[in-house]
Amino acid sequence: MGDVLSVVTSLIAGSIRVSIPIAFAALGGTLSERSGIINMGLEGTMLMGAFFGVVGAYYTQSAWLGLLVAMMAGALCGLLHAVLTIRFKCEHVLAGVGINVLASGLTVVLLQMIFNAKGKSCEVASFDMITLPVINQIPVLKDILGQVSPMLILLAIAMVGVWFLLYRTVFGLRARVIGENPEAAGSMGINVYRTQYICVILCGILAAMGGAYMSIGDIHMFSRDMVAGRGFIAMAVVIFGGWHPVGAWLGSLLFGLAQSLQYRLQSGSIPPQLVQMLPYIVTLVVLVFARGSKHRAPAAEGRHYYAKGEQ
Amino acid sequence: MYAVEMHGITKQFKNVLANSNVELMVKRGEIHSLLGENGAGKSTLMNILYGMYAPTSGQVVVQGKPVVIENPLKAIELGIAMVHQHFMLIEPLTVAENVVLGYEPKKHGCFDMKKAVEEVNTLADQYGLHVDARQKVEELSVGTKQRVEILKALYRKADILILDEPTAVLTPQEVSDLFRVLRKLRESGKTIIIITHKLKETLELADTVTVLRKGQVIASLPVTEQMDQAQLAELMVGRIVSLETEKQPVPGEHEVVMALRGAVVTRDKRNVLDDISLEIRAGEILGIAGVEGNGQTELIDVLTGLQRLSGGAVVLQGKQLPAGRITPRSMLAAGVGHIPEDRGKRGFVGGFTIAENIVLGYHRNQPFARHGLINRKARDEFADRVARQYDVRMDSIQDTVGSLSGGNQQKVIIGRVFAQDPKVIIAAQPTRGVDIGAIEYIHGELVKMRDAGKAVLLISADLDELMRLSDKIAVLYDGRIVDRRDASEYDERTLGALMTGHTPDSVEKEVKQA
Ligand SMILES: Nc1ncnc2c1ncn2[C@@H]1O[C@H](COP(=O)(O)OP(=O)(O)O)[C@@H](O)[C@H]1O
Ligand SMILES: [Mg+2]
Repeated sequence: MGDVLSVVTSLIAGSIRVSIPIAFAALGGTLSERSGIINMGLEGTMLMGAFFGVVGAYYTQSAWLGLLVAMMAGALCGLLHAVLTIRFKCEHVLAGVGINVLASGLTVVLLQMIFNAKGKSCEVASFDMITLPVINQIPVLKDILGQVSPMLILLAIAMVGVWFLLYRTVFGLRARVIGENPEAAGSMGINVYRTQYICVILCGILAAMGGAYMSIGDIHMFSRDMVAGRGFIAMAVVIFGGWHPVGAWLGSLLFGLAQSLQYRLQSGSIPPQLVQMLPYIVTLVVLVFARGSKHRAPAAEGRHYYAKGEQ
Repeated sequence: MYAVEMHGITKQFKNVLANSNVELMVKRGEIHSLLGENGAGKSTLMNILYGMYAPTSGQVVVQGKPVVIENPLKAIELGIAMVHQHFMLIEPLTVAENVVLGYEPKKHGCFDMKKAVEEVNTLADQYGLHVDARQKVEELSVGTKQRVEILKALYRKADILILDEPTAVLTPQEVSDLFRVLRKLRESGKTIIIITHKLKETLELADTVTVLRKGQVIASLPVTEQMDQAQLAELMVGRIVSLETEKQPVPGEHEVVMALRGAVVTRDKRNVLDDISLEIRAGEILGIAGVEGNGQTELIDVLTGLQRLSGGAVVLQGKQLPAGRITPRSMLAAGVGHIPEDRGKRGFVGGFTIAENIVLGYHRNQPFARHGLINRKARDEFADRVARQYDVRMDSIQDTVGSLSGGNQQKVIIGRVFAQDPKVIIAAQPTRGVDIGAIEYIHGELVKMRDAGKAVLLISADLDELMRLSDKIAVLYDGRIVDRRDASEYDERTLGALMTGHTPDSVEKEVKQA
């Protein structure tokens, strides 16, 4: 009995850990899509975050400063995506693919230049687990949340922050309006472009934090193309979560669960190739179900807005 | 004295001169009608006044002061508000959120929803615009949505209210409600500019009318008792137009060509078509009256094979069609021609040429195609003949249909359908968004088809059109046919009442009392 319980608690703890990077990226994606801009570049932005987190930590010997560098890199990725889609009216998906390709190449080149390595960086300063005072005393719960990464706490703050921003502030109301009908927003004298820029840049920062967790929050180093599709899973999570920050977080947990189940099952008798497919199969299945849900995408998502007869 | 003066306004789009040296003088406290055909430049002129477009040249004067209106924000500050032709509402948000947008009440830096609701309710009461501030816009009827748009304007403390074709989507009842509100606003000192191409409404509502044609002001006149529709129509089109359609009853037996028997279409457990039986007869136009969304679309789709029946049957020339085998293709082959209600969506492919569009749907038939290969020469010859016969104004049949005006796009579709010698014609909103000249022409062609013994079903939101063309009219409400009679037995008020759910009995009583 105690055995089953410990399996379950460690499974849940594992799910939460695995869900952190996806959740960050999905929160960012939610924000961006709510303002009408699809960010297909989540994957590449995460990769940049992972890399520059390591670079920052390497030069400053501090995980926190590493995270800050990662966030700045993410902001730049967001800015790039915003300029491409808003200023130059690139197709959103194409711009995102461009960012992914750029990130994949750039990180490899810089890895060579900075760390003189082909596959992996050296180990750098990373986040240590912290002990949560009260929770650490509660049985069962302490096995799940007694010891956590400080980035999990940041994630919780980010989730509440995004929710508050979208649903409680005037800025958020306007962002949501823009995602539904930018022409209407423009005709009401709202600055459509500025709002979209802010949302997409915030999205970049959040996605980069997710990437940084994977490197300096988890394995203490960068390894080539380490994001491995999580950015795309995050895009699916945005949809599955109904374009809502809480939904994004719950969706990420589901994928975390699929992933940590996969780790456990790998030691079993099922062929490992099949097991490794699990998170991706879950993505597909979930997307099929999400289609039937009552949530729908922001009406103007992926569309270009032309202010004042420019064209 | 003048709320708005626009002097020498010119607006050049890439290759269109939308406004050319336009003079517009709007007196304070009047209702001013801006009249003109589609494409005359009315919306462009008002978009300039509202700061959506910058004029190429010209001067705008508001309340006596020369101004430059760079953007809507500036217009709002000057007390100008605009209700656009396509509503600028955010469907998933509440009425209150939509109304306060851009001027949101705040508490501690956060959006104050409670205050927003209060303010909107107060405003709505003040002007008798009944809405529920907490309701989501997507749940509202078209008429209510328009009230929300007007509330938006009032919330911004507008003195000058521009309405772009506000009646295009309303029922007769909603139109008279709207006019009541507009008169009330005039009483309270507001200036109203109403864009329209409807002559009747101009005469009924406006104090002054300015007529635009091809970007130029043709006339600006006070609306008087003596003024009539023919006079306005002539100003608007530039020649004498007949507003009546010549129509004599077709003699002889009118056999049933197509019929529905107890047709039912179920969607989300609701019957969107509920036990519909109707007969479309040779040499007759059967009109369908109804507010949009009461089953018209489903009715069209059933008759053209786009929608499968949940119950009942389609009968064509006395034979019941096997339910599982009805497809759009089989219906076309059986001689059911279709003029779709949304021509941009189902009527044509905008990026394709006129020639390609004229054979679309019939493209696989001889001589347009043989063994799956397209015979371009045969197609182009045919298309050229049809386009000429149906008076499509174009440079060449190789132009894309998307580059044509609404009226000419519709003529392409009508040519395509009529040239195939159909037995039945399903004509849905055949003159929507089409200029008066083309309306006159299309009406004439529809009546010609009827005179030639075709069976015609006409679905139209335009009651004038329906009463002018139809021999019989059936009223569709909530998926059922609630009344049907000879067209001559109806008047606009009766139809309007039936369309909005009043029973035939109650309508009759009301008419007797009045
Ligand atoms: N943004 C635009 N770009 C290019 N051409 C336009 C634009 N808006 C309107 N036009 C053209 O200007 C002319 C006038 O259009 P509009 O003002 O919408 O007419 P109306 O409102 O009287 O129907 C039309 O030929 C239309 O195609
Ligand atoms: Mg217009």
